[in-house]
Amino acid sequence: MLTQAFSEAFSLIASANPDLYEILWLSVKVSLTALLSASILALPLGTILAISEFKGKRAIVTFFTAMMGLPPVVVGLFVYLMLSRSGPLGVLELLYTPAAMIIAQCILIVPIVTSLTHQIIEELNREYRDLFFSLRIDTGRAIFAYLWDARFSLLTTVLAGFGRAISEVGAVMIVGGNINHLTRIMTTAIALETSKGNLALALALGIVLLMIALVVNALVMIVKTFAMDKGYA
Amino acid sequence: MPDTPLIEITNLCLRVNNTDLLDSISMSSKDCGVTMVMGPNGAGKSLLLKCLHGLIKPTFGSVKVSGEYVLGPSTNQAMVFQTPVLLRRNVFANLKFAAPPGTNAVTINNALSTAHLADKKDLPARLLSGGEQQRLALVRALLRKPKLLVLDEPTASLDPASIQIIEGLIQDFTEHGGKTIFVSHDIGQAKRLGSDIIFLHKGRVVEHSDAARFFINPKSKEAKAYLNGQLIV
Amino acid sequence: MIIRKAKQIGVLCLAAIIGISTAYAESIILQSTTSTKNSGLYDYILPLIEQDTGVAVNVVAVGTGQAIKNAERCDGDILLVHAKASEVKFVKEGFGVKRSDLMYNDFVIVGPVNDPAGIHGSNDVSNALKTIAQKESLFASRGDDSGTHKAELRLWSASDTDPSKASGAWYLETGSGMGSTLNLAVGKEAYVLSDRATWINFANKQDFRIHVQGDKRLFNQYGIILINPARCPLVKTTAGQAVIDWLLSKRGQTAIASYKVNGTQLFFPNGE
Repeated sequence: MLTQAFSEAFSLIASANPDLYEILWLSVKVSLTALLSASILALPLGTILAISEFKGKRAIVTFFTAMMGLPPVVVGLFVYLMLSRSGPLGVLELLYTPAAMIIAQCILIVPIVTSLTHQIIEELNREYRDLFFSLRIDTGRAIFAYLWDARFSLLTTVLAGFGRAISEVGAVMIVGGNINHLTRIMTTAIALETSKGNLALALALGIVLLMIALVVNALVMIVKTFAMDKGYA
Repeated sequence: MPDTPLIEITNLCLRVNNTDLLDSISMSSKDCGVTMVMGPNGAGKSLLLKCLHGLIKPTFGSVKVSGEYVLGPSTNQAMVFQTPVLLRRNVFANLKFAAPPGTNAVTINNALSTAHLADKKDLPARLLSGGEQQRLALVRALLRKPKLLVLDEPTASLDPASIQIIEGLIQDFTEHGGKTIFVSHDIGQAKRLGSDIIFLHKGRVVEHSDAARFFINPKSKEAKAYLNGQLIV
Repeated sequence: MIIRKAKQIGVLCLAAIIGISTAYAESIILQSTTSTKNSGLYDYILPLIEQDTGVAVNVVAVGTGQAIKNAERCDGDILLVHAKASEVKFVKEGFGVKRSDLMYNDFVIVGPVNDPAGIHGSNDVSNALKTIAQKESLFASRGDDSGTHKAELRLWSASDTDPSKASGAWYLETGSGMGSTLNLAVGKEAYVLSDRATWINFANKQDFRIHVQGDKRLFNQYGIILINPARCPLVKTTAGQAVIDWLLSKRGQTAIASYKVNGTQLFFPNGE
């Protein structure tokens, strides 16, 4: 079974199977868009939590840390009920579209990126705090400076978010519906092929997904090593 | 207002966990020259500087610079820390970040030349040697054109060449009307640079006299012991 | 420069997603049972529908119970399931406009080739189930309120047997789709009730085979319903009705009949 799956995976890739590439490309697009939107929110949020002091801050940080373990199915259900035609956002007609999957993945990623950003920036803040205070850097400029100076460490954070998004199946199955040529992505296709008993094909798709993850991770590692040598990380 | 001293500290106390780390410090200082702050480890030298710079709020008492109460960092002052804090960027970008808005590249390049760093301007700042990093931190402070330069042991454990460049920059700054307050353990350096000496012991000012007098004939027994190289407890 | 690149990528992604979302001007959501989807029928028939009516049909395949629940929340335009009693109730309560018979096939009981309960060749489903219960042979149930699950429960009660007491012992409720339940049954060598279309298409059969078939109680009727626009104003009535009309038309019924896997016809049209 395993050797069959591997040979099937390679022949899928080698034959440039258009269905595979469509599914793959949609997976990447959905997860990248979710990651981008989540990062726009979570990177500054994590930074603010790291550099500011206010009542209830610990509670918020704890909340986001706990949310990292949120079961995707619960997120899927929540988004489904929001976007359902009988739900509060039903008129937007977003259910069973890629946009719905992006929203669900975004909700899954935000806590991860926020928590990890908070950790990284908190450490950097210990080093920079007195300097920024002395230089009278205002909060807005400080946020940008922290994000920029931590950019290579934050790459890992963002990568963790991407990993969670692209490997997730429970939420996107519910809100996307696994519709062929519309909302079918790698993970839901794997679930479908498994349920059809095409275990070798399902495993082959899994191997393709794994290879993408490996390539992305390798690229980030190379960038980070380069940055470390340059004293930028 | 010629009768207003540049630095005026009145009855400054800093109490943490019922311990007086700074105890009723009152002093004033002339508008120019280098005031050296000396004393054994734990005497409160760094804390005094941080109160002066506005990084720490005293428990009571007041600090005035140029006749204004110090409530936080101001553009009047710039500070260099014992361990240089440099951004994860190149040398030029580190200066650009701290320089007043509108500072042009020529000014920054000239500043780099004064610290013998002109040929390093595109290098990552954190890959510089310890001496080069501290020179960069000093020109970064000077670029802000402060009236008062606050230095917390900037030359501790640096190479002699860098110490020479740094001392030259400080002398140049004071000759052009700037005021420096300088914590140092190096008696030779205090003799070379100091116009007056403040000697701290256990959070109190034990002695404040002209440099010439202090090194020939210190009044307090603690200063005498310190200058003789004895441990004082 | 990195920032500019990230922005470019972001804009590209957003454009691409919006592009996908609006690719079909006229498209409807079909809430469907998994068996029709896993059988491959839609892959064969939907291009024909789009060609003839101009409507793209997007299939959400879940169990019949969940499909009906989704439809009650207005999430879909038409409903294609196989649990007549539930469908009639759905229409009666005002969620659907009208129910029409569309097609049928039949259920079969499959199991391992060594046939521990010795039911092979039986065409009396009640007897077969009773034997399984008596011998306490493993039996995998959908347990998910799907059409197949409802049919299975009907068959048990017609056999005067209540397997729920043995749940977790020899009666295994998977709570998942037909394919997943078949995978589990194959793994545990358990008997399982499946619709014939899913079974024929199932690729992980290993040494499993059909043991019981041909009983008229194994009849499996599929119905189609337009979700009621009076209750769900966003329902695309015209497009939905066009698709239903096409499926019930002579052309649609012929198309259903002509879908074959390995030469075997999977669905038999009986639309009115």
